[in-house]
Amino acid sequence: MTDLSLLSLLIWLPIFGGIWVLAVGDNQGSTVRPIALLVSLLTFLLSLPLYFDFDTTTAAMQFTEKMSWIPAFGIDYHLGVDGISMPLIILTTFTTVLVVLAAWEVIQYKPAQYLAAFLIMEGLMVGVFSALDAILFYVLWEAMLIPMFLLIGIWGGPRRVYATIKFFLYTFLGSVFMLVSLLYLYSQADSFAILDYHKLAIPMTAQIFIFLAFLIAFAVKVPMWPVHTWLPDAHVEAPTGGSVILAAIMLKMGGYGFLRFSLPITPDASRELDWLIIGLSLIAIIYISFVALVQQDMKKLIAYSSISHMGFATLGFFISFMIYKNTGSMDGGVMAIEGGIVQMISHGFISGALFLCVGVLYDRLHSREIGDYGGVANTMPRFAMFAVLFAMANSGLPATSGFVGEFLVILASFQANFWIAFGAATIMILGAAYTLWMIKRVIYGAVGNDKVASLTDINGRETLILTTLAIVVLLFGIWPAPLLEVMQATVQNLVEHILVSKIPM
Amino acid sequence: MQNVSLAIVLAPLIGAIIAGLFNVSRRVAHSVTIGAVGFSFFLSLYVFYQIVVAGSEPFNETLYTWLVAGGVKLEIGFMVDSLTALMMVVVTFVSWMVHIYTIGYMHDDPGYQRFFSYINLFTFSMLMLVMSNNFVQLFFGWEAVGLVSYLLIGFWFNRESAIYANLKAFLVNRVGDFGFALGIAAVLMTFNSLNYTEVFELAQNGQYQETISIFSGTEWSMMTVICILLFIGAMGKSAQFPLHVWLPDSMEGPTPISALIHAATMVTAGIFMVARMSPLFELSQTALSFVLVIGAITAFFMGILGLVQNDIKRVVAYSTLSQLGYMTVALGASAYAAGIFHMMTHAFFKALLFLGAGSVIIAMHHEQDMRKMGGLKKYLPITYWTTLIGSLALIGFPGFAGFFSKDAIIEAAHHASEIRGGWETTFAYYAVLLGVFITALYTFRMFFLTFHGKERMDEHTREHLHESPWVVTGPLIALAIPSVLIGMFTITPLLFGHYFDGAIFVIHNPFDPEHYHGVLSFIGHGFLQPPVWLAAAGFGTAYFLYMKRPELPGVIADRTKLIYKILLDKYGFDRFNDWFFAGGARGIGSLMWRIGDVKLIDGLVNGTAKLVGWFSGNLRQLQTGYLYHYAFAMILGLAVLLGVFVLYGSTF
Amino acid sequence: MPELHEFLILGAVLFCLSIAGIFLNRKNLLILLMCIELMLLSVNMNFIAFSYFNADIAGQIFVFFILTVAAAESAIGLAILVVLFRNKNTINVDELNTLKG
Repeated sequence: MTDLSLLSLLIWLPIFGGIWVLAVGDNQGSTVRPIALLVSLLTFLLSLPLYFDFDTTTAAMQFTEKMSWIPAFGIDYHLGVDGISMPLIILTTFTTVLVVLAAWEVIQYKPAQYLAAFLIMEGLMVGVFSALDAILFYVLWEAMLIPMFLLIGIWGGPRRVYATIKFFLYTFLGSVFMLVSLLYLYSQADSFAILDYHKLAIPMTAQIFIFLAFLIAFAVKVPMWPVHTWLPDAHVEAPTGGSVILAAIMLKMGGYGFLRFSLPITPDASRELDWLIIGLSLIAIIYISFVALVQQDMKKLIAYSSISHMGFATLGFFISFMIYKNTGSMDGGVMAIEGGIVQMISHGFISGALFLCVGVLYDRLHSREIGDYGGVANTMPRFAMFAVLFAMANSGLPATSGFVGEFLVILASFQANFWIAFGAATIMILGAAYTLWMIKRVIYGAVGNDKVASLTDINGRETLILTTLAIVVLLFGIWPAPLLEVMQATVQNLVEHILVSKIPM
Repeated sequence: MQNVSLAIVLAPLIGAIIAGLFNVSRRVAHSVTIGAVGFSFFLSLYVFYQIVVAGSEPFNETLYTWLVAGGVKLEIGFMVDSLTALMMVVVTFVSWMVHIYTIGYMHDDPGYQRFFSYINLFTFSMLMLVMSNNFVQLFFGWEAVGLVSYLLIGFWFNRESAIYANLKAFLVNRVGDFGFALGIAAVLMTFNSLNYTEVFELAQNGQYQETISIFSGTEWSMMTVICILLFIGAMGKSAQFPLHVWLPDSMEGPTPISALIHAATMVTAGIFMVARMSPLFELSQTALSFVLVIGAITAFFMGILGLVQNDIKRVVAYSTLSQLGYMTVALGASAYAAGIFHMMTHAFFKALLFLGAGSVIIAMHHEQDMRKMGGLKKYLPITYWTTLIGSLALIGFPGFAGFFSKDAIIEAAHHASEIRGGWETTFAYYAVLLGVFITALYTFRMFFLTFHGKERMDEHTREHLHESPWVVTGPLIALAIPSVLIGMFTITPLLFGHYFDGAIFVIHNPFDPEHYHGVLSFIGHGFLQPPVWLAAAGFGTAYFLYMKRPELPGVIADRTKLIYKILLDKYGFDRFNDWFFAGGARGIGSLMWRIGDVKLIDGLVNGTAKLVGWFSGNLRQLQTGYLYHYAFAMILGLAVLLGVFVLYGSTF
Repeated sequence: MPELHEFLILGAVLFCLSIAGIFLNRKNLLILLMCIELMLLSVNMNFIAFSYFNADIAGQIFVFFILTVAAAESAIGLAILVVLFRNKNTINVDELNTLKG
């Protein structure tokens, strides 16, 4: 196999695998599960060369492939990864394996379609992260919504229809604005290659419009306050696997969009409007934390916590301008953006793990209400250990991956402004407050009721999933250097790029 | 040396993993963990010998690169100098004793293995903290000890009070860590490095940006900002006013934990940190004054609270708060060495007092209320004598360990009030001075109530009273020895010698070797100073109130109802925090959620949907379903279009 | 030979007749179908007239197309009508308003 086709393979293998699973059919539950696992595992293993063969010294796109797709409009099938997208692709392939495993005996209703949806979605998501052609990106970006829509709509909870429609309309609304921007950029650059847009000189007014259009698209996806309300609903209604993918990967697409589109294409508008994003991020961090504090539904709480944590990522991405203005050095900006990316990756693991933990409880008692639990540690000690570990990671305890991103962003934003760092750092208190308060009410305490007393501890499969995540979370907390090394050159290049004005002379 | 350091740190970690994750028997669990800590202790002794006695260079090396971001290299590494070596020995020794003691204390507990795993993990975290050579790893250890403290306070997680206390402890500590993290950010911004050596060097050479603008227009001294932020972290961990509220509640944890974590080691992390950062703190008088005032408030007012507590462990807990205040005063008075000195002696005698209290609690079948004790002397002779030693050391009986360290602190505070002047130094001096009286009073109140006087326990308990097993008394004796001796043997090098040279940086050393003429003269000199007499007065008062006239305390409490109530209410801090912070946060959260998210944002979103729905609902009335209506509409449309084209066709 | 405008008038008259048929008829779906056929025929009439007078054969070819399509359309229309009658037992236009919003 040559490098040339690696990314294509990562896109198409799970998609065809998904079709295969569909073809085998829902009646063959015991056959489709191993097939799906095999496909996802294979995809994950195939994605590893991306990391090991990655050239960390260059910011250029790697593993590129290019084929003409719709020559009449110059649309290409153009793929490639850099230090920003590569970790996200591996996160995607990794999470999918866990999601397939997590569905094993839990999903009895149409298992083949369920698994196929995840596999197809995996391919599409890898495609989004590796697409270098604007139209290809847009098509995959929208196509990804379909499996998710089905997942929530078919395997979801009681209010699933409301949740799916809200989810779909919100995200769709955002993407339409993005499409308009992309078409405008095409008319200017006469190309659909994203990298061409990076070099394109654009006047200020146009930049601001493009920036705002992108902002709507990506802010919905991240999600940023005030367009976040679809997320708690979607999470609450989604099946466990859906929540995991939603939190671990889909939210990252918004962040990825900021890094791939907003910042490099419209650096001047980003600089001009950075206060807007910083403000919204701080609102997300503080306001949403307070909201998370009073949630009674575990999934809703974690969903709000996700919004709050993603606020850190967006804060990191857009604080670089202020740091540069304040210190005259690019280093702080690089640190902030790297912190944001690390935060995204780590949040993928942690929120995924937390949703899986809630899933474990939900599978047993069919309730997500905090009040229905209490004293779970008595009957499920092994589970309690994992739950506390991931809760600690969610509150950003050092030696877990949750700490690294938060710490870097706080370190960097202090260089911009004391009060921004101050606001951001409140997550250390608030994050711990809402997460651990939930742990206190669910895990600790005397056995709350008869149902809790009859709980059985996690089985081998669940232990395997949670252990894997625990190892990853701890590994990136204890030694994040490999992760940062990969993105170093790319982020450096990005910061150098965005600090140069693109307004035509 | 690197391998030795690594072995010291990793041994307890491995022990924790074996005891915690693998389903081992009780015997294996305690053997492995005790073995691991013992191993660390002896290696620490070896390191101590190398650094202090053999005089090898301080060890400072990087283990691995944690990450590189934006030109800053954050590393994990060890720095072992005289300060660290001292801490290592104290930590591993106390931890080791507590491990052994635990065998007896937790004998019947179903979470035996878990407990050993936690305390081993704690030892690991604490060692990481003290042996760090940079701020990141310091923060690692800092939070990790907080985590273990959280796990251990909530060890008996079926108790509502325990899980309330552990959440509270973690969150209050997080408030401190919040400041600490910002402090680290400030250090990074100022020095562009987080390595101790590099930072201290730059600070000493004055190569940094001097001011920072926090509120627009006002410039703050950078060093003051850094030091105060860092000290906020220390306030959380070392339970200084007003972040002290978690420590008394933390007594919900098992007693060995109170001894190890909430008296001897973890709570002193803040003291250690400030001493370690002395090259920075020395550069900001404002920060030092702040430290001084906070320490003095804690030392005095928290001591008073110890007078009204009836739970034996809580008395010791408030005593710990007060003693931590003493150490903080020492730091604020630039007497870092005295702070560390007191921290060390305190580690021994306070661990001893806690373990003694624990021994009493075992004998009393986990009854902690002193009103139900009394006259335990004849049942628990070893506990009695060792606790007496601990109490004497605590009140600063001449010759005992606490005497030297506490006297040094008072001396330093006095020195500061003379050199620096200002109301805060005077206040601090009188606070620590009067604190001595209070300390003696509550200590012996506890002592007399527990061991002397009428036997107030019920018959059943009395029949089963007997001395604790050797695994409990052994550590008591082992801790009693240094509680007596450690002070007189270490004061000369620690305070007046060159022990801390290179580790602690002081501009005006309050301890002048010229005026120091050996231990005996220091003791003799002590008799001429007020502290000894204040301690004696405290002892006398306690004796009078609780031995001679046991009915008097009740009368006094009745006469001074208001004050008594305020004291019982712990000055109302808990109530205020519960109401203002916990309740307030929930209130704001609720408000934001119900008004902001549900009403405004979702209201807007759903409102848009409703608007569209309403509009189309009206529009659909046009659709009658009759074919001829549609056809008519078409024709009409055609006619209109035609009309438009005919009339305005030329303009298109 | 009549003039072109006479043919066109005939076409227009046929067309208006069919429109009137569609509007005025409230009883029978069959008549509606017939009216549609008539409408197509009026169009055919115009095509042929133009084709003849402009000497362009294309118009007549169009007529063939329209006739074929019209034949197919009425076949399908009648088939639908039969099914409709079976299901609803009526082909009364006034009662067929399932599309009502």
